[in-house]
Amino acid sequence: MDTSIWRPILYLIGFMAFAGVNAAWLGWAERKGAAHIQRRNGPKEVGPFGLWQPLADGIKLMTKQLLIPSGTDDILFRIAPILAMIPALTSMVVIPFSGNIQARSIDMSVLLIFALASIGMFAILLGGWASGNKYAVISAARVVSQSIAYEIPMLITVITIVMITGSTNLQDIALAQQGGFWHWNIFRLEGGHFVYMWIAFLIYFICSVAETNRAPFDMAEAESELVAGYMTEYGSMGFGLFMMGEYLNIVVGACMTTILFLGGWGSPFGFLPGIWWFLIKIYILIFTIIWIRWTYPRTQIYKLLNLSWKILIPFSLVNLLVTAAFIKVF
Amino acid sequence: MQATICQTAVNPSLFSAEGFVGLIFLATIALIVVGALIATTSKRLVRCVAGLAVCFTGLAGAYYFLLSPFIAMMQMLIYVGAVSIIIAFAIMLATPENEDTAEIKGAGLAGPLGFSLGALFFSALTILGLKTHWQVFPRQGTGNLKQIGTDLLTRHAMVFELISIVLLMAILGAVVLARKGRD
Repeated sequence: MDTSIWRPILYLIGFMAFAGVNAAWLGWAERKGAAHIQRRNGPKEVGPFGLWQPLADGIKLMTKQLLIPSGTDDILFRIAPILAMIPALTSMVVIPFSGNIQARSIDMSVLLIFALASIGMFAILLGGWASGNKYAVISAARVVSQSIAYEIPMLITVITIVMITGSTNLQDIALAQQGGFWHWNIFRLEGGHFVYMWIAFLIYFICSVAETNRAPFDMAEAESELVAGYMTEYGSMGFGLFMMGEYLNIVVGACMTTILFLGGWGSPFGFLPGIWWFLIKIYILIFTIIWIRWTYPRTQIYKLLNLSWKILIPFSLVNLLVTAAFIKVF
Repeated sequence: MQATICQTAVNPSLFSAEGFVGLIFLATIALIVVGALIATTSKRLVRCVAGLAVCFTGLAGAYYFLLSPFIAMMQMLIYVGAVSIIIAFAIMLATPENEDTAEIKGAGLAGPLGFSLGALFFSALTILGLKTHWQVFPRQGTGNLKQIGTDLLTRHAMVFELISIVLLMAILGAVVLARKGRD
């Protein structure tokens, strides 16, 4: 093991920069994407194509007063936005951006990411409750029921991938899919999994959209019903941290989908594998998530729960059984 | 890396790798204690749950130091991610905020009684811990996923099956209880 002190420091700086740039400019990408989907211009005043808009927004958010409304639980109210950032930033440690760009390749990196994701849910729960606002409390309750409902099919689907690869190490899962798109888990030719793996991919992708609280599953925010849900009482950088946490969760979700199903950093045609393919894949996924948000209207909470408990969980369980049978037979 | 922790120098420098690891170990222990204190002394129930979650996080760290990273991950995933959240959920649904707690008979006794019993238990454990001649057992297994899976389905298959029956019964019980309210 490399014990040089510079390695962790460099990775820390690199990941912080990656996270910060993504958190800031995905906000821009979302506004721009939304605008073009709705035939508007979007941000265009600050810099070319409004590219400096995130900087202006950041300065504005940071210079605003940090208001703590009376009637809130002030300690939890302060902690919640910080907690919202922790899981996404920490998850970056185990994500293999390419064959050799990974801070630590630990054995149970898949489990680590899902273990950390639960902290993000806790942040929204505490933030919503601490606001002392009825809408925020309803939103916190929704987040819990939604996250628990969608964690189950998500984890079951991940188990199928772990079974196929035989490892819970993300690096190994990515390595097993190298050399052309026909090796990717989504259309894997060997073992006969290609027949139905796209169903697993769909289940996983729907769950990851739901887990990151994105429309059409953003029941926690639901501005038409709940003002802004758990973010109602937050202003200035508290709100900023929640937004950054949301975008970072999307990035981590896209990274996980890429590694589990789309071959990680492998190239689709078998040449030049590397970090660029990884980045291309995650940004295509992120664009898809933005695209979905501005295309489909928000569902209702009971429909959302029905989708998980009555459709996704049975499908993922059948998928698990079929995968086990395929592994045993072939 | 972890296997070497217990065998290296007795008083490592703070800036060496071992010293740093020791510092992190102390931090996890502090997390457990602070979390437990918040969970037991806080007046607001949601803060108690937050303290419980902090305590569970510290426990996950302790499991990691006990060379079982899998249990540590599961501790985070199940106890922080599911159990504390379900408790918080139940509290938010059940109690109105800032409601005065009902007077319980002899509530004044609870503090001193609990404290003395706790002190007794603590001192008994401390004496036991100091008096016992501890044997260091050789490490069994590697603590990795494969080993745990094999053990669960061979040596501990009975326990494994029993646990699943208990969980199934709990689920059925929950469904029965929940259905009563419907009709």
